[in-house]
Amino acid sequence: MKRHLISAADLSRDDALLILDTAEELAQVADRPIRKLPTLRGRTVVNLFYEDSTRTRISFEAAAKRLSADVINFSAKGSSVAKGESLKDTALTLEAMGADAVVIRHPASGAPRRLANWVRGSVVNAGDGTHEHPTQALLDAFTMRRRLGRLEGLRVTIVGDVLHSRVARSNVLLLRTLGADVTLVAPPTLLPVAVSTWPCEVSYDLSGTLPKSDVVMMLRVQAERMTAAYFPTVREYSRRYGLDAGRMALLPDHAIVMHPGPMNRGVEIAAEVADSSRSTIVEQVANGVSVRMAVLYLLLSGAGSALDEIGLGAAPAETQIAGVTAR
Amino acid sequence: MTHALQPGAGSPAAAGARLARSVPLPGGKIVLEPDEISRVLTRIAHEILERTNGGADVVLLGIPTRGVPLARRLAAKLTQVEGRPAPAGSLDITMYRDDLRLRPARRLGHTSVPASGIDGKTVVLVDDVLYSGRTVRAALDALSDIGRPRAVQLAVLVDRGHRELPIRADYVGKNLPTSQRELVQVLLAETDGQDAVIVGPGGSRAGGQDSTGQPGQPGEASR
Repeated sequence: MKRHLISAADLSRDDALLILDTAEELAQVADRPIRKLPTLRGRTVVNLFYEDSTRTRISFEAAAKRLSADVINFSAKGSSVAKGESLKDTALTLEAMGADAVVIRHPASGAPRRLANWVRGSVVNAGDGTHEHPTQALLDAFTMRRRLGRLEGLRVTIVGDVLHSRVARSNVLLLRTLGADVTLVAPPTLLPVAVSTWPCEVSYDLSGTLPKSDVVMMLRVQAERMTAAYFPTVREYSRRYGLDAGRMALLPDHAIVMHPGPMNRGVEIAAEVADSSRSTIVEQVANGVSVRMAVLYLLLSGAGSALDEIGLGAAPAETQIAGVTAR
Repeated sequence: MTHALQPGAGSPAAAGARLARSVPLPGGKIVLEPDEISRVLTRIAHEILERTNGGADVVLLGIPTRGVPLARRLAAKLTQVEGRPAPAGSLDITMYRDDLRLRPARRLGHTSVPASGIDGKTVVLVDDVLYSGRTVRAALDALSDIGRPRAVQLAVLVDRGHRELPIRADYVGKNLPTSQRELVQVLLAETDGQDAVIVGPGGSRAGGQDSTGQPGQPGEASR
């Protein structure tokens, strides 16, 4: 594992499994009378959110607090960013405050990568534009493994607005690393141009794909990112690519329904599907805290990165050049 | 949760491979044979029964890696002698260690507390080697986050001395005077395919002997 978590592609199979196994142990903490571990006492985690988010920010905050880290929340609204401060200047401010990790969400794809060059702490990507959202992919994989017992050979169908979805991109990369077979189903207008180079299948027929799926993941239609008409009407989208009770019946008996949230009930997913026993939507939120605890633990608890052999015993912050992630 | 680790170069599995099977130290001297280990555990089991009024309310918690099979063996012996089941579990202390920042992040062990819980019980912590006492210190902290036992006791297979904290064991399999440069290795059938306690010459600091000082050695040998 590298010092930063910016893309799901940064994770080797061993790294990803280590995170999932660690999360499995940390999930127990939620059931204890004292839901806190002393591991990151004295470390500071900054949540740097340039974009609206409820569950991701709260999830990271809960994860850091359960590990006893100090958490500083920074949202662009009402801060100096509103006065025009650049990302770099904000980063240097955080640096001066001694942030050991920066969790960043930013509307621009690639912002976390830039940030990683400016700060000495670890950078965790909590969603950058339409690029990636690696911890979401990790918690999705964790949820699948918990529910279905394995990831190897699992048939995962991801449906909907792939074009604007960082969740889809991170999931395709991570699930491929972990040996699952991913199929994307979307209207042609909502698929990226380069989708043919992704390690997955593409289909335009949802009903035909469902019987061959162990997992179906519905993506949110991201109206706020849509600058053109990608489909004629919401009703038509819903009829062709939405998951209602009738379509859910096409799934094999063991199959689960996932959604990264927030949902548009009645658009990509019917209310009765979202509330059914097959849906893991609430579970995904709980699992998110465990997975983010695992990521923070592995990035922050040891000397330097989880796997940086050079950092053994040395003071890592000073000896490593930011952005150089030795493997 | 016991995924077969492939300790590849640069993976934390390689750095802290606590699940890895150990091979006997080359040049080491066997100080406890399999039948002696069994006899020692039988004695400890009887001592536990004696000091806890027949073992009512005793919960055995092994500290990973090799404390866990030891706790299970002790529980089996308690059951055998007293005829009532003795609950056994495991208590991972990784998140409570005081040396986390000195090394890359470690892989977590598994914690499983028997369903009956530990509140009001007499908890016997079980580990293979007692050395600096830091592991036990961490275990006491971990325990207090899980519940409030009536009393906590400590059972170890080997006490090799060199304490760095005011901690002592209630039940000791064998007192083993060692030099700090020596390594004590505990092998158990469940984790290593054979039972043995071996004392070998150190090599980690001198660098002359072999690779035995690497992390991943059992017990407290490498700490």
